[in-house]
Amino acid sequence: MSVTRTFEEINEKIKAGKAVVVTAEELIGLVAEEGVTAATKKVDVVTTGTFGPMCSSGAYLNIGHPLPRMKLNKAWVNEVEVYCGLAAVDIYIGATELRRGDRANENYPGTFEYGGAHVIHELVAGEKVHIEATAYGTDCYPRKELNGRFSLAQINQAVLLNPRNCYQNYNVAVNRSRERTIHTYMGILKPDFGNANYCSAGQLSPLLKDPTYRTVGIGTRVFLGGGTGYVYWQGTQHHPDVERTEGGAPTVPAGSLGLVGDLKTMKPHWLQGYSATGYGVSLLLGVGIPIPLLDEEVCRAAAATDAELFAPIVDYSSDYPQGNKSPYGKVSYAELKSGSIKIEGRTVPTGSLSSYSKAREIAEELKGWIRSGSFLLGKPVEPLPGPDSGLGFNMFPMDR
Amino acid sequence: MENSKKIVLTFPPELTEVPIVYRLVKDYDLILNILRAEVRESAAGKMVIELTGEEKAIEAGVKYLTDSGLQVRNAEMDIDFREAGCTHCGACVPHCLGEALKMGEDDRLHFDRAACVLCGRCVAACPLRLFRITF
Repeated sequence: MSVTRTFEEINEKIKAGKAVVVTAEELIGLVAEEGVTAATKKVDVVTTGTFGPMCSSGAYLNIGHPLPRMKLNKAWVNEVEVYCGLAAVDIYIGATELRRGDRANENYPGTFEYGGAHVIHELVAGEKVHIEATAYGTDCYPRKELNGRFSLAQINQAVLLNPRNCYQNYNVAVNRSRERTIHTYMGILKPDFGNANYCSAGQLSPLLKDPTYRTVGIGTRVFLGGGTGYVYWQGTQHHPDVERTEGGAPTVPAGSLGLVGDLKTMKPHWLQGYSATGYGVSLLLGVGIPIPLLDEEVCRAAAATDAELFAPIVDYSSDYPQGNKSPYGKVSYAELKSGSIKIEGRTVPTGSLSSYSKAREIAEELKGWIRSGSFLLGKPVEPLPGPDSGLGFNMFPMDR
Repeated sequence: MENSKKIVLTFPPELTEVPIVYRLVKDYDLILNILRAEVRESAAGKMVIELTGEEKAIEAGVKYLTDSGLQVRNAEMDIDFREAGCTHCGACVPHCLGEALKMGEDDRLHFDRAACVLCGRCVAACPLRLFRITF
């Protein structure tokens, strides 16, 4: 009879220090040697990891009331504008917001040295940041200007709240234009298929290891930026109804996660400012998700190798911006990691935007947390919309 | 024994018309590989060249260049890579003209300083801005 187990049983084992925890890479080796049935019997939890740019990220802070009190109307932290359309001294720092006066791509390609993500990194690193704010003044909040400095330890709340992280799979970006180098969120792409850039940890990537969201859902506890976080919702653009392999893994971008966590518990190493030349600023973020091996099906999917996981090749000089269908097919993560891929008979060198070795470190660290009993699994209170949900990827209604 | 040395030459404006390449080949029997050059008439110029030949010939050639009034620097000094901050993503790898930046079997970035031709493409390709070229 095949093994099944519940979140509750696994958490009891974690508390007793008896849970068997391996990384997704280790599970791959185990399944290759002993098969799915034996591996499922042996292992309770598999850890995954990813470390890459995740643009749809940000942090909300409550900076505390100055005296006299003030309702912030416009504010800049380290010269980066923050959103004040909340209660009096709540602000939201968007990761991709640029520094005031940044000429962006006026002098193409812009270098985008500093933005919201860099502010978040400095806060997590314990540095003091400068805030400048203005207000129109009210009877209860008379103050009209604020100039001050604060560190993370001095303010009330600081919460990382990311509408879209951990994209389940991503495009392999190329540039098929003849002459012009292009600058994209997928990095610098040389003309005439000069390079192919990808951005996924493949066989270590969280949502590629639980491809049909059997175990991850609202309430899942995760490694987020070196601290503890939670899945609070499906991510924006979550569109699970896509083409998939026999093993259930999407062969194109599909699901995504909304993540939240206490910024005060995070580490600067796992959360850094990212400058994409000619594109903008992003947040380089580490996420790790534990997958409980509830049954053999979960185990089989979690043991998928780079050779069994595929990504679509997409031209970013014209097809992507114009929304055309890509004619270049799919390529496996094993091929991408080999250093070059074949596109229409030509050898194209590959570059990665996410760090595989850091993804491995995250999976290892999370494994350590679970083994030590300090990190219990969060059983989802609601599942995420699955492959049969009919949720697709909608474009803006241009026809009104 | 054949040796190779990569150097960065800085020409003052008055020396941009001295035929140094010709002299190095003819008088010192050196093989020259010009890796990068920015030399304009009546302005200071810069060049990265690889000299190949007998060790003594290279020494003599470099002395000739210095004596002629050119500034000669070891090319490896002209790239600054803050390696400790590297996340080993590999975004720089396909841009490196000298193939000095490569992903290893350990999934980490390896920088072969001797292979660097100071092309400078890594500067914009690195999202953490860890490279600086002084060329």
